[in-house]
Amino acid sequence: MAEPRPANPPVLATVGLTRTFGGLVAVRDVSISLRQGELHAVIGPNGAGKTTLVNMLSGEIKPTAGRIELLGREVTREPAWRMTGLGIGRSFQRINIFASLTVLENVRLAVQAVSARPRRLLRDASRATDLMAKAEQALQRIGLAEAAARHAATLSHGEQRQLEIAMALASNPKVLLLDEPLAGMGPEESQRMTALLKDLAREHALLLIEHDMDFVFTVADWMTVMAEGTVLAEGRPAAIRANTAVQDAYLGGHA
Amino acid sequence: MLPRGRSSFVALGMATALLALLPVVAPPYYVELGTYALIYAMLALSLQLLVGCTGLVSLGHAAFYGLAAYTVYLITPPGRGLSILLTLPLAMIAAGLAALLVGALSLRTRGFFFLMVTLAFGQMLFFLFHDTKLGGGTDGAFLARPLLGAFDWQLPLTRRQRPYAVYYVALAQLVAMFVGLVLLLRSLFGRVLDGIRVNEHRMQALGFDTYRYKLAAFTIAGVLAGVAGHMWAMHRGFVNPELIGWHTSAEALLMILIGGLTTLQGPVIGALAFTALGEVAQTVTERKLLVEGLVVLLVVVALPKGLSGIALPRFARHVPSAEKKANG
Repeated sequence: MAEPRPANPPVLATVGLTRTFGGLVAVRDVSISLRQGELHAVIGPNGAGKTTLVNMLSGEIKPTAGRIELLGREVTREPAWRMTGLGIGRSFQRINIFASLTVLENVRLAVQAVSARPRRLLRDASRATDLMAKAEQALQRIGLAEAAARHAATLSHGEQRQLEIAMALASNPKVLLLDEPLAGMGPEESQRMTALLKDLAREHALLLIEHDMDFVFTVADWMTVMAEGTVLAEGRPAAIRANTAVQDAYLGGHA
Repeated sequence: MLPRGRSSFVALGMATALLALLPVVAPPYYVELGTYALIYAMLALSLQLLVGCTGLVSLGHAAFYGLAAYTVYLITPPGRGLSILLTLPLAMIAAGLAALLVGALSLRTRGFFFLMVTLAFGQMLFFLFHDTKLGGGTDGAFLARPLLGAFDWQLPLTRRQRPYAVYYVALAQLVAMFVGLVLLLRSLFGRVLDGIRVNEHRMQALGFDTYRYKLAAFTIAGVLAGVAGHMWAMHRGFVNPELIGWHTSAEALLMILIGGLTTLQGPVIGALAFTALGEVAQTVTERKLLVEGLVVLLVVVALPKGLSGIALPRFARHVPSAEKKANG
């Protein structure tokens, strides 16, 4: 590989991560590491185990074997809600927001989840200005500040994806796991999102799953190619493009 | 869920005033019936914290209601009523502790299984009092009613005045419970319950330990059911296992259903309507349950938002509006 990976220690790392569903091995012996300031893309055909991998990293499902380490601390068995508090934020493949709430309230809940002290829980929510200020910051960052008072259901598809990311950002994560952030977006929305993701990758360890190959090869700093639950290859985009095993298994005529 | 805007609060104030006027215009029989209606309203309102606010459908809620009534029986020496200042807190604590225990175990399950586990716990408690001599067995037991007073002093009430005083105490408790729940649902805690109702999985992904919030809601609901159960003992002076049984739990659910699942006033309206319906059905027919069932069915089919949907349409707005509007 021409350009070696920077030596800074991984923020999030897995060792031999495995998950089986009955007889099916969805993820087998996956060891990857996410680094600060790096946009790490995971690609692979449908059924390669990408979403299962993200679900394990976010604590949603427990690995059958292997370990997950966040900043050197083992977090393999932590429940999803604690993973968020520890600094792992995620967005979902299928848009997952509170459609009946306002945009601001969606993000405010995300802020509250990681910052409200138990004894302050009985405060009137509409007077929790500190939480709202933080939520507004996250919306500003993501470019949704003007939509703050609208109901989330009235947002466009692309804006709803942005809101998802704002909700993930609101918990002040060290790691961002984004499952197909561009799915269903028009060209203009994709462009804006691309710029945003590049920007976010500077301050976070960012992992994303994506199907849009042009996009992935443009923005990724590091790539992991998965097939049938295992890691087929990893490296810089240029190296992945040149990898014959990857070409055979997945990229086909694309590369 | 919450009443919003000045007109809502005016309407709620007027409804309270109407209820407060009932004893002035109605004969004693209806005052006593009114107290039962207020007790059911408290029971249904306490259950609404779980069903309508958090999305937890429990079939064992009457256990905490009945346990509170039995607590009053168990702590009262024969023939000597105790002060309400003693019986009410103890009944609430007993109901709350039971709810904490039952909730801690049953909230590990979800949906249908939660329904079944709460039902099972309720029936266990039912048979505890039904099959043992602890509280008079199948037949139930009479008790000396709690006194309106403290220490050596009590309200100087005649036999005829007491039902009126009890009615007003029940009304005050219902109003306090309603206001308390409005404040609770407006709080940061209440927003979490609403989020759990809509999408618990997402709340966990946001970082909320939803189990703890549900357990807190379950326990609070149990304590409030205890207030209703205590008032039953205070009003009726008699306890029996039926108070605890699943039938009472199901009736509380029916009251919520006919009153409206999406508002706080729904269960109150539902309980008043259900009590009135039972009374009418009893006088015109010997098939009370059949008539009740038919009417409930009609209401549910014709009014998906329950009676509160027509009676007070402004309250039916379910979608929480923007923060600014909420203050206005």
